[in-house]
Amino acid sequence: MTQPNTPNSDQIFSSEEITSEPDVKWRDTFHLFCANRAALLGLTFVCLFILVGIFGPIVIPADPFEMVAMPLMNPNGQTLFGSDYLGRDVFVGIIHGARPTMIIAVTATLVTVLIGITIGAIAGFYGGMVDNVLMRITEFFQVLPPLVFAMVIVAVFSSHIVVVILAIAITTWPTEARLTRAEFLKIKENEYVTASRAIGDRNFRIITKIILPNAMPPLMIAITLRVGITVIYEAALSFLGLTDPDVITWGKMIGQSRDFFFEAWWTVTFPGVAILLVVLCIALIGDGLNDAFNPKLRGR
Amino acid sequence: MDDSLEINEDAVLRVMNLSVDFDVKGNNVSILSKVNFGLGLGETLGIVGESGCGKSMTALALLRMVPSPPGKISDGEVLLNNVDLMTLSQKEIKNIRGKEISMIFQEPMTSLNPVFTVGNQLVETILEHKDLSRADALKEAIELLRLVQIPAPEQRIKEYPHQLSGGMRQRIMIAMALVCEPKVLIADEPTTALDVTVQAQIFDLLKEIQAKTQMSIILITHDFGAISEMADRVIVMYAGYKVEEGTLDEIRNSPLHPYTQGLLRSMLVIKPDSSGFKMPLPEIPGSVPDLLNRQPGCPFGPRCSQATVKCRSMPPNFNLGFKRSVKCWLADNGRVE
Repeated sequence: MTQPNTPNSDQIFSSEEITSEPDVKWRDTFHLFCANRAALLGLTFVCLFILVGIFGPIVIPADPFEMVAMPLMNPNGQTLFGSDYLGRDVFVGIIHGARPTMIIAVTATLVTVLIGITIGAIAGFYGGMVDNVLMRITEFFQVLPPLVFAMVIVAVFSSHIVVVILAIAITTWPTEARLTRAEFLKIKENEYVTASRAIGDRNFRIITKIILPNAMPPLMIAITLRVGITVIYEAALSFLGLTDPDVITWGKMIGQSRDFFFEAWWTVTFPGVAILLVVLCIALIGDGLNDAFNPKLRGR
Repeated sequence: MDDSLEINEDAVLRVMNLSVDFDVKGNNVSILSKVNFGLGLGETLGIVGESGCGKSMTALALLRMVPSPPGKISDGEVLLNNVDLMTLSQKEIKNIRGKEISMIFQEPMTSLNPVFTVGNQLVETILEHKDLSRADALKEAIELLRLVQIPAPEQRIKEYPHQLSGGMRQRIMIAMALVCEPKVLIADEPTTALDVTVQAQIFDLLKEIQAKTQMSIILITHDFGAISEMADRVIVMYAGYKVEEGTLDEIRNSPLHPYTQGLLRSMLVIKPDSSGFKMPLPEIPGSVPDLLNRQPGCPFGPRCSQATVKCRSMPPNFNLGFKRSVKCWLADNGRVE
């Protein structure tokens, strides 16, 4: 027994199964997630990616823009993944590219989700005219091709990292908004929402403390998948040369070396594999969360 | 007309001409028509009637929680300590909810938020209404659970709603409704989802709390048995009208409206020689009128065995003395409420 028995606690009742962890629901979900090998593999790799992003440039302090070898060298002892057309080390580039990818993916996702959930929650909760107006705005953003829209924003303003993050967020939030709205429409009909209104709760409290926590499972899956999609958007913008030229990213490495693909496959393949692995592993986590949250899919 | 407001002055809650309309595909449908009643201090008022007669809508209208659109409170006053709730701003009415008037619901299974522990929900509610530290709020939450007779509250407080039984969840709903010691508690079919023994426990609990706090209770139910156990006075509702009002004794022993009589006849009376089980229970023929196509005249007329030509026009509420009224031509004594 880890729980100390206070002298006044009732022995008869404390001997029941009550003393076990109260948050069975979340523990169940966690266990189910851990039982999913693919999701666990994804999580492990994403953790590795985060570690590389944080510590990589400290462990390997070499400048990724420095020309250290002959141009287009095969992978060998000196340059692990070979060198590109200017003799820059591809391996060092991948290590240093992890950090900006990670920063942009996480912050852009946060901003996307913040905009999406706020708009979706207000639309779903208040309904009527508010819902109509917000959903028409959402649809306006939805019909614009996100990548083209993001390119225009970056091209018009600047390629500063903040602009890139905002460009990705502004073009992709409708998905989260619509999902949040749908969840809110469903959950607000529950009796516990009426009950909390009957005991005098303010709308703000009902939205944030009553409905939103109940909407979290599908939103968490969407957020996870959103991180992967953001990595791809960032890579695409970099590929097109629209991000900060002083920062090395995987997309940029592919973009700059695309003319040399047939002579030197490694210049394009290794950064491509890095993007693929990160996005795939995030998708695996999302899939694992989906299974863990959805009891109907359990034991599949 | 003067003694129509024969609701005595010490009444906590006075409801006058409360009407609710719904907008159904452009048609105005009257769900609640000019309902009057008063609620005294420490009194339990039972509102009884079948599905769709407007009992729950009365409760929601008192808290201004009629789903809008399509519904709207078209007329009436609800005076709580001489303040008309219908004229308050949204902000003021939210201060009334929970503090002055609280409500508990039919389904204890779905009335608690499934993602938080009951302790968390109670503490949050206490913090929302009172200026206390978290530790003090937790202490008060445990005290409240003790008040509603939950065993080992220190343990239960850490549990999620799905880990508790229906009776316990209803007790917790009651505890949450009692946080601010409201003057009026509206109980909308509080025991319908519970079995009979638990129902008796919940009623005993409500009576005990009422004796301690002088709280007034409005009990809404379709079950005359529940009314007989709890209520001091009874209102019978039919198709959005108050058809009869009286003390429990008057309604049970000398019902005047044919609808009330029919309701009481259709109750199973258990006799010692089990002869009650051999006869089919008399039922009221027909069904509730379609509120979309209301016919003129008494709403109960088409189903009434004692209907006369007079019933083609709407009967007024005939006043038969102190807090006793019947909406039926049979009781015509010339004193219209």
